[in-house]
Amino acid sequence: MVLFVSLLMSCGGKEEKKKKGFSYEKKAPTEQKVKKDESVPASKKIDLANKGVGPITSISLPSEIDQTMVTHGADVFKKLCTACHRLDKKFIGPAPTNILSRRSPEWIMNMILNPDEMVQKDPLAKALLIEFNGSPMANQNLSEEDARAILEYFRTLK
Amino acid sequence: MRNILKSTVALLSVLVAFTSCDTASKSNSGALSSSAAEKVYVAPGEHDEFYAFISGGFSGQLSVYGLPSGRLFKVIPVFSLDAEKAYGYNEETKPMLNTSHGFVPWDDSHHPDISQTNGEIDGRWVFINGNNTPRIAKIDLSTFETTEIIEVPNSAGNHSSSFVTENSEYVVAGTRFSIPIPQKDMPIKDYKSNFKGALSFISIDPKHGHMDIKFQLIMPGFDYDLSHPGRGKSHGWFFFTTYNTEEASTLLEVNASQNDKDFIAAVNWKKIEDYVNNGGGTMMPANYAHNVYDEATHSATSTMKKEVRVVNPLDVPGAVYFLPTPKSPHGCDVDPSGEYIVGNGKLSANLTVHSFTKMLAAIENNKVAGDAYGIPILNFEDVLAGVVEQPGLGPLHTEFDGKGNAYTTFFISSEVVKWKLGTWEVVDRQPCFYSVGHLMIPGGNSQKPFGKYVLAMNKITKDRYLPTGPEVTQSAQLYDISGEKMELLLDFPTVGEPHYAAGCPADLIKPRSKKLFKLEDNKHPYATLNEADTKVVRDGKTVHIYMTTIRSHFAPDNIEGVKVGDKVYFHITNLEQDYDVPHGVSIIGANTSELLIMPGQTETFLWEPKQIGVWPFYCTDFCSALHQEMQGYVRVSPANSNTPLKWSLGEDIE
Repeated sequence: MVLFVSLLMSCGGKEEKKKKGFSYEKKAPTEQKVKKDESVPASKKIDLANKGVGPITSISLPSEIDQTMVTHGADVFKKLCTACHRLDKKFIGPAPTNILSRRSPEWIMNMILNPDEMVQKDPLAKALLIEFNGSPMANQNLSEEDARAILEYFRTLK
Repeated sequence: MRNILKSTVALLSVLVAFTSCDTASKSNSGALSSSAAEKVYVAPGEHDEFYAFISGGFSGQLSVYGLPSGRLFKVIPVFSLDAEKAYGYNEETKPMLNTSHGFVPWDDSHHPDISQTNGEIDGRWVFINGNNTPRIAKIDLSTFETTEIIEVPNSAGNHSSSFVTENSEYVVAGTRFSIPIPQKDMPIKDYKSNFKGALSFISIDPKHGHMDIKFQLIMPGFDYDLSHPGRGKSHGWFFFTTYNTEEASTLLEVNASQNDKDFIAAVNWKKIEDYVNNGGGTMMPANYAHNVYDEATHSATSTMKKEVRVVNPLDVPGAVYFLPTPKSPHGCDVDPSGEYIVGNGKLSANLTVHSFTKMLAAIENNKVAGDAYGIPILNFEDVLAGVVEQPGLGPLHTEFDGKGNAYTTFFISSEVVKWKLGTWEVVDRQPCFYSVGHLMIPGGNSQKPFGKYVLAMNKITKDRYLPTGPEVTQSAQLYDISGEKMELLLDFPTVGEPHYAAGCPADLIKPRSKKLFKLEDNKHPYATLNEADTKVVRDGKTVHIYMTTIRSHFAPDNIEGVKVGDKVYFHITNLEQDYDVPHGVSIIGANTSELLIMPGQTETFLWEPKQIGVWPFYCTDFCSALHQEMQGYVRVSPANSNTPLKWSLGEDIE
């Protein structure tokens, strides 16, 4: 009997701990939200036609992936982007894994090279800024070559 | 009826308005007239035509203004602590203020001068002297930061400084107060013939601007007040005004005003340079700091130098002459051609102008009137080019417009007087409000002045602005000098008490101005170049936090395992690589200032937590829409606790 009571008590204690803090209109996880209001958040939207706004107007990707470029791109990404982007989870900004199935290569490079104008003019970039709490995509002043290498690296993230 | 009344009133008020406009224009209200306003109006988004680097006087700093607008852009910390920029507070810049007297957090900054190439302003560096604990600083105009300070030994009251020769061979620093050299414990009354004055020629490395004392000329114990380099035909010479040739050590306001004439010392530095290059002079034991800030490590180092080369002027015949100049001359100014040397005898009714050509002739013909401690004195009449008769009261400084005119400030009669070189006639005078000291024409100390504006820096402000209690700012006044008559355009307040300024066209500096520091070039020993490398390392009672910032978080932002009594160093690298995105930081109870870290830069502050608890830190510079979210916590445990060292960022993110 005593044992039973103490078990109950400890259970009660645990329950109390869980209740610490409170929740007020906390954002539901994204998946649920999708179902609820049937609108797709910008980070999940697929738009392969939009090339964005910026210096990159047309780019053709060879079928073969350039491994030298991938290594360089991964290095630049690690140095200048990981402060806000984790590979496969939402962090300060969206995750780049599978990005090429949602965005055109031009859009990706323009977002890296010209983020200030993109969030003003490109509808997807604008929506992303709002989805990510107004946290701006930082302009890290990459060269076009570096941005292209990052794009190649992104092709390997599936 | 009512309507008629209304319209009559309206008509009347229009008439009144017209009349009052008319009165205003008739009263010749200077800056109030619309043309003056248009001349200084720089429309929103537009840039000024000139940069003006105005000394901060007793603030110890250097302020940067735009001309003609008079807008303040930046106050560059030089000789004094600046909590806003962590200058002298962070670990990186503390060595900048090191001296032979230890850490000196203040000075009295005086005469800025811009580097030159071929006699023209080149916009690379500004040099400025600290007057109190003698030092010369170099400010790099690509970053607008102080990057070097050298202490000047054997000097006291570093006032006839810091003027640059026409190819930036030297920045020159002369002592105002003479002292025993080397310093020793002796009676003050034995000043005469025992005290000496050192004139220091500090070489400038043409590439990096690094300063090194090439030699010090040990002169008789006068006060060396101001100086300027020769240029053009007189390049290779330097001119210093002297007062107190009486060698008084007390009540100078009476005792140093006895001689009818003091001297301008003419120094042939090229001759002494040759002598030194051939092994001349003697190395004398000394102790002075040389502090250099390295842009790659974002850190300064301080080295104590232990000797200095001194030269006795008597050992280099023909290198130094005295030009008699009436009544305690203050400013010593050389015209753009290098021919005229103006001695602004501050107690004299007239302005004395010497001729370089006549000086050379007098030397060649060996026309010597006598000597002072073995240094030849030339005849006043032999070197005199002309006299500006009774131009005003209390002349202090003269600048030139490059069109044959000179502009002299008169402290007592509170005015700027324009006069003609060669004919010595006064052309125009304009009042200053009040009691003007220095004046500046952009490029004024060079062969090529930009004679569009003159800036007068006044010692007294009184009623020019809204009162701010007993202390009011000092005031500057801008005059248009493009026409025959000067026109007062603008008043604006200044920082500290400006002594001189240097100006140049904005186009010389704008294209070279750095926007950020590249992360890949960051060689700071405690830099963290990407977020994955952030860490916290304990070494005994010292904790090093390798932290990064980017909009809008610190990494890490939760730290545990710090203990009371620890010395905690926050080494923070700003990972941003975009223009104008600095982050700031401080933590509760830190006995130092915030850091303000530019993109790509690493800075360090020390925190010594004294109380247990969980203490927040935050970004102090509004960096983004999520700036208010840019915060973190450090848990501080008792000194004897076993709380493990732990750091993290966003572990709970969904």
